Amino acid sequence: MMLIHCPFCGPRDQSEFTYLGDASITYPPLDAPYEAWCDAIFLRENPRGVAVELWQHTLGCRSFLKIVRNTLTHEILSVEYASPTMAAAMAAEAGLSVPPSTLPGEAAE
Amino acid sequence: MSGYRLREGGVVDRTQPIRFRWDGKAYTGLAGDTLGSALLANGIGPVARSFKYHRPRGVMTAGPEETGALVTIGKGARREPNAKAPAVELFEGLEAFGQNAWPSVRFDLGQVNDLLGSFFTAGFYYKTFFGITGKGTWEWMQFEKLIRRAAGMGRAADPADMAKDHDAYDVIHDFCDVAVIGGGPAGLAAATEAAAAGLDVVLIEQDFALGGRAIGRDEIIEGQPADAWIAAQEAGLASARVLRRATAFGLYDTNVLGIYERITEHEGDPDPALPRAAIRILRPARVILATGAIERPIAFGNNDRPGVMLAGAMERYASRWGVGPGSRAFIATAHDGGHADATVLARAGVEVTVMDARPDGSEAAEMSRAAGVEVLEGYLPVDAEGAQAVSRLMIGRAREATGAGGIAVASAERDRRADCVGTSAGWSPAIHLVAHRGVKPVWNGDLGCFLAGEPPAGLALAGSASAHWSTEACVLDGRAAGAEAVAALRGSAAPQRPERVAPLGAPMALHEVKMRSRKLKSFLDPQHDVTTADVRQAAQEGYRSVEHMKRYTTLGMATDQGKTGNIGGLALLADALGQSIPETGITTFRPPYTPVPIAALAGRARGAHWQAIRRTPMHARHEAAGAPFTDAGAWKRAWYYPGPGEGIDEAYVREAAMVRETCGIVDVSTLGKIDVQGPDAAEFLNRVYVNGFAKLPVGKCRYGVMLRDDGIVLDDGVSWRLAEDRFLMTCTTAEAAHVMVWLEELLAWRWPELRVTVASVSDQWAGTAVAGPRSRAVLERVLTGGDVSDGALPFMGVTGAHLAVAGGVVPVLIARISFSGERAYEVYAPAGWGALAWDALAEAAAAEGGAPYGLEALGALRIEKGHVTAAELDGRTTLADAGLGRMASTKKPFLGAAMMQRPHLQAEGRAELVHVIPVEDGVRFSGGALLCDPDVSMGGNDGHGVGWITGVTESPVFGGWLGIGFVAGGASAWQGREILVEEPVAGRSCRAQVLSAHRYDPKGERMHA
Repeated sequence: MMLIHCPFCGPRDQSEFTYLGDASITYPPLDAPYEAWCDAIFLRENPRGVAVELWQHTLGCRSFLKIVRNTLTHEILSVEYASPTMAAAMAAEAGLSVPPSTLPGEAAE
Repeated sequence: MSGYRLREGGVVDRTQPIRFRWDGKAYTGLAGDTLGSALLANGIGPVARSFKYHRPRGVMTAGPEETGALVTIGKGARREPNAKAPAVELFEGLEAFGQNAWPSVRFDLGQVNDLLGSFFTAGFYYKTFFGITGKGTWEWMQFEKLIRRAAGMGRAADPADMAKDHDAYDVIHDFCDVAVIGGGPAGLAAATEAAAAGLDVVLIEQDFALGGRAIGRDEIIEGQPADAWIAAQEAGLASARVLRRATAFGLYDTNVLGIYERITEHEGDPDPALPRAAIRILRPARVILATGAIERPIAFGNNDRPGVMLAGAMERYASRWGVGPGSRAFIATAHDGGHADATVLARAGVEVTVMDARPDGSEAAEMSRAAGVEVLEGYLPVDAEGAQAVSRLMIGRAREATGAGGIAVASAERDRRADCVGTSAGWSPAIHLVAHRGVKPVWNGDLGCFLAGEPPAGLALAGSASAHWSTEACVLDGRAAGAEAVAALRGSAAPQRPERVAPLGAPMALHEVKMRSRKLKSFLDPQHDVTTADVRQAAQEGYRSVEHMKRYTTLGMATDQGKTGNIGGLALLADALGQSIPETGITTFRPPYTPVPIAALAGRARGAHWQAIRRTPMHARHEAAGAPFTDAGAWKRAWYYPGPGEGIDEAYVREAAMVRETCGIVDVSTLGKIDVQGPDAAEFLNRVYVNGFAKLPVGKCRYGVMLRDDGIVLDDGVSWRLAEDRFLMTCTTAEAAHVMVWLEELLAWRWPELRVTVASVSDQWAGTAVAGPRSRAVLERVLTGGDVSDGALPFMGVTGAHLAVAGGVVPVLIARISFSGERAYEVYAPAGWGALAWDALAEAAAAEGGAPYGLEALGALRIEKGHVTAAELDGRTTLADAGLGRMASTKKPFLGAAMMQRPHLQAEGRAELVHVIPVEDGVRFSGGALLCDPDVSMGGNDGHGVGWITGVTESPVFGGWLGIGFVAGGASAWQGREILVEEPVAGRSCRAQVLSAHRYDPKGERMHA
């Protein structure tokens, strides 16, 4: 029963969220060769310890979240919007400057 | 038994009698009693029969660690077996029953098992009943039924009773700064300390009273008599939340506590509006475990006889409940503690003898003597004698020095009159909860107990849970733990915890007393009838791991989970294996600490509240038409609309034929509907679907199929282009939620550069499909605006229009789409107008010779047409398998395109979509049937068959039974050959023909008409 601090909704029970897989994967472009897709789809790490995961606040704001979590202790080390567009929009809303690493378009590489 | 109420003392209200019934007879206890203390006070015993040997058992402890007095509480739907009498709060009208005996616990025919006891040793059942006739498992299963009836732990409430009437439970989510588990001296001190600092404190106590072992105790705590001190601490907790009758049954990751909180369970006449109990999921910033310690018994001959109990329990009954456990007591102890207990009993007027196993006199022994207690140093209990309860005790001295293993070999010296015997081998800190966090217990030889290893962040132990044995030391440690929590949350400096205070005399390891001359029946786990001999036998047979020994002997696997007996068991195993306790280790502590009703975990989520029910806007209309409903996920869908005298078969066949002949209307509101908007909407769909959407003109819609990353079909549906930058995507009822998440994920995570947003509008639109040759005429009857002529609205055209309904005009969206294979339209009205739109369309359909049709007819029509649904797109199907291979675009990349090329998915002879019809008339088969090749051994594919059926219907078009499914190689491979349709579970088999799934109007002339 983890408590996940959704950046939009605040701390919420784990039961409101859905785990959607490994967020450390970079998916290849659609026209990438077969081998590149095989690697992305089938070759997965199964970390014992710190992992980067994709979650959705399904029963809340429906944001996609990049969560850094220790798979051994369930300790959550960080939560941020998975979408750089969303992160930028929320930062702009809050009157904050956008960190250069989360500018829209970069994650599409 | 020989218990009785003392003339004075105890924290019970002697002016407030409480009437209860035991085995049908009326008795009286006092306010403040437990069922255990009330049974003892009334001299009732034995109160139960044991699990395997049916030996008489009495009250053995004074808490939830009880191993003897397992009783059944209540009747009918509220019958609860295996309640531990010392943990049941007495209430007016309580009804309790002895269990596991016939005809009664005093005279039980099952006792014959005890005479055969030497046969019923560890592993007896398995060794004896496995393979007598070489049939192995089957035979064991037959014997097991008989064994389970003979051996038992009481009977749960009858499911039929519970279906009529069951208790309500709640689940509560809660938060606090500091949670203190245990309301004994240490817990009270910690909680008051934290509350005084202004923190939000929750104190959790399993008992109905605070104070723990200090209740009723004749001692001074921080300058006050114990009960006054407890009251003062309670007053200091005014700002805290004190949960009495609440058991913290589990401690989970990040210090989340699972708490079982009795709300009306202890009441004779509960408020029906209140739940029986609640599960509280508490998330504290910090946890202090002041869970106390549990006493360990000494095993000796017949140490399970009623009258034999823990020494500390005897003290509790006298001090807290004013109950004398007997009038001639013996206490066997291996540490100072037994002397204090003996002193309390002596002051209560009980004639007491203390046998201190330690050979040389200790200071504690002198204190006992001063209190008028007979002290026998170096003496041990050997054998408890008596029929229904202990009446004499054989005592003796160790023939040789007792080793570190704690097994004393004694001679029988004196046979003494005794009606109660208390033993104490020492105390085990209750480290269960910290162990739930994965912290390994560490053996401490000096203290003679397991301590918790280093606890994780935010978690601390206090008091006797951390092996502080005196009340004074517990209070000091509790105060320090409270201050430590305050410091941690306020960022100030933490105080030093006090050192452990050494006892007057060093404790001695003592787990069992045995004799050279004869075998004694000595119990480690009375609840499961596990003896010391069972543990030795397990070791002899090679069960060297403590976890294996536990499972072989079932030591500690009963409802008490070995709270008192496990340490003795592993010490005996260590001794038998010639190794130390740390080398032997301890079994894993797992939640729950004490049993939790499954119903409590479910809370309100049961029956109709198990999951949400989704009803379409037209639900009441279907109900009014007498349609039964069928479940489609959480949706209720109208199944069929029975005419006079019609069953389901007559109704759906009529409805399907009607659609082909004239027209029908069907509620399709359950389809997933996603509004896709943004400048890149077309590009987005073009990437998601296998076929092209970029060039789809506004005012047109297109059938699309989307794949998963791995190349398997995810879903299909029709997307309508409402504007250059706007689509209305529909998806199947089954996959709607999944597709929504998928699209959101793609936009948030993979393609954030696309300027697109998606919103689920499934609940915003009510959909009615109008199908059949007369469908356009139906629309023309009700439209007040818009043009549905074939020129304006051709096949796969989309238009806005207005529909005349009762009391107004509704704007609608209409697309000319067909699932049935006939000319057909889907009409979407705003959800609030859905029922009125349905009424108008139903009236118009009736005028054209049609009527509503249900999900069963919808299925019949699509099976005839060979259209796929979620039954076919089941997560294994490729585009080609579904007969849609040609849809994949070669001009653009799309999701799943690369993985679709996996060799296995491209292999020859994969199962393809087909129609299957029985060879003989009147024969039927069902969905899920296997298709087998009659010419191949076991039907092909090593008995898995060469295909399967996904849907069946009576087909008005083809006349007869029709199945749709998948067969290796598809229809062409089976031309001129018969196949076998096998349903081994139903015991059915028939011959069938495999045909193309695209036989009905293959050129689409009716659809495009």
